[in-house]
Amino acid sequence: MSAVLPRQPARRDPAWARRVFWLLAAGAVLWPMLVLAEFKPWLLLAPESLEPTLRFLAGFVPPRLDGEFLALVARETWRTVAIATAGLTLALLLALPLTLLAVRSLSISGLTGRMAALPAALRLAVRALLVVLRSVPELVWALVFVRVVGLGATAGVLAIALTYAGMLGKVYAEILESGEAHPTETLLRNGAGRLQAFFYGSLPQNAGELTSYTVYRWECAIRSSAVLGFVGAGGLGQQMDSSMKMFNGGEVSTMLLVFVLLVAATDRLSAWLRRTLA
Amino acid sequence: MPRITPRPAANEVYRLPPPLFDARCRACWMVAGVLVLVVLSFWSLDLQWGRFLSLESLGRMARFAAEVATPALDAAFLRKLLPAALETMAMSVVGTLLAVVAGLLLALPASKLHEGDPARWRGPTRLLLNALRSVPELMWAALLLIAAGLGPLAGTLALAAHTSGVLGRLFAECIENAAQGPAFALRVRGVPEGRVLLYATLPQALPQLVSYALYRWENNIRAAAVLGVVGAGGLGQMLAFHLSLFQMAETGSVLAAMIVLVGLVDAASYAARRALAR
Repeated sequence: MSAVLPRQPARRDPAWARRVFWLLAAGAVLWPMLVLAEFKPWLLLAPESLEPTLRFLAGFVPPRLDGEFLALVARETWRTVAIATAGLTLALLLALPLTLLAVRSLSISGLTGRMAALPAALRLAVRALLVVLRSVPELVWALVFVRVVGLGATAGVLAIALTYAGMLGKVYAEILESGEAHPTETLLRNGAGRLQAFFYGSLPQNAGELTSYTVYRWECAIRSSAVLGFVGAGGLGQQMDSSMKMFNGGEVSTMLLVFVLLVAATDRLSAWLRRTLA
Repeated sequence: MPRITPRPAANEVYRLPPPLFDARCRACWMVAGVLVLVVLSFWSLDLQWGRFLSLESLGRMARFAAEVATPALDAAFLRKLLPAALETMAMSVVGTLLAVVAGLLLALPASKLHEGDPARWRGPTRLLLNALRSVPELMWAALLLIAAGLGPLAGTLALAAHTSGVLGRLFAECIENAAQGPAFALRVRGVPEGRVLLYATLPQALPQLVSYALYRWENNIRAAAVLGVVGAGGLGQMLAFHLSLFQMAETGSVLAAMIVLVGLVDAASYAARRALAR
């Protein structure tokens, strides 16, 4: 027995060589990445960058809380919410027809098993349009629209409308297709129109999920409408950008605080709404 | 005082049509609230539809679209585009890795490791994680520009700051949800807390942690692509530059590079997930 078993268990990690190899390989990949990202954190501690930073941070306390400024912040916060809401409403109006065109289960020729050539091509085109709409980031849309319609809320609303139409259209189509197909199919087979089949077959069973996703997107839209302000699309972001450019720490800290509270509040509201809908 | 007996309804209750707007109908109030919000949003924003839908701006957008569709592909431009794309990629990788480290370090105090753990730091750390998370990457980048100067370092740190908030919270959930058995077995034998973590808790949570990290990497490449718009390096900086000069052909190439990068990262992350699941 003692001849079969090793006298002592292996002292060394048996996978030692493999581990060292992968560690070295990861290091070899990571090193150029660190160089490319100009990752030199010690630059943060250099006196010429540390001093303005500390001065800016010192300005954070106390936050600016006089009535005039708070009124301005309240107005801009409302604009941020309004841009998100208006953008999402337009996105919804844009996404609904696209969804109806893109959903496979509402196809009459698809009932035979294969869709006819023309509807299939149309569906493909609508899906491609949705991909294009959402693969261009909203910030890029906003930059383009700021150049077309000028600085202000219009660019933000349009940017959110286009990107979110792409996202909503895609997810709506997925939700409708993943639902129970039977009622819709039965309606279509018995001579109902596509809209009738949608309203009486697909919509009732999926309404909760569709609404809940829309509410979630509204929450995302509020965050992104604040970000869009940084390229001049109005709202809290634009105000924050100009305060940062003037190194006004007190104003920045007030607005950051308001923004964090706004995000937390919409987070709560949307969680509550989605719980109620479920 | 005579008791008032309810008189029977003329027809049975279930035959009565439901009232159109019932004070107790929650859905009605919600719909009314949403409608009011939407109307107020459109009413309070000074949207310039006239300017957007004018022939001039529509023509301008059509010209933009035509130019974007014919991207610039000359060698001199591609030689500038490639480093910017690599820089964006490096920002996303380094930012995500930093966030994994910081997220893990913050997740430990943010989680209640076992029944008897007082977890004194749980509340404050979670508050910090929420604050990190609720400020978007672009805002972090604009803030960090003051400390880190123009360039990819600010972008990398911005990605790391936001993502460590997100990952810290997700990691903490993972650690708390890991099965308690193995950790308990080690703990009753007097194994110190650090080793319990390394040998019992982390190995269980690891697949989930890696999957979250990959998911955030996919998000971060999208964010890294546009962070440059505020001056934080990478493709976004090129995009903002060419867009401000109305060089739409170059803008088209930058956009194409962004989409290719996002596709590459999605594919790599999908492959990594597949390899890990095997």
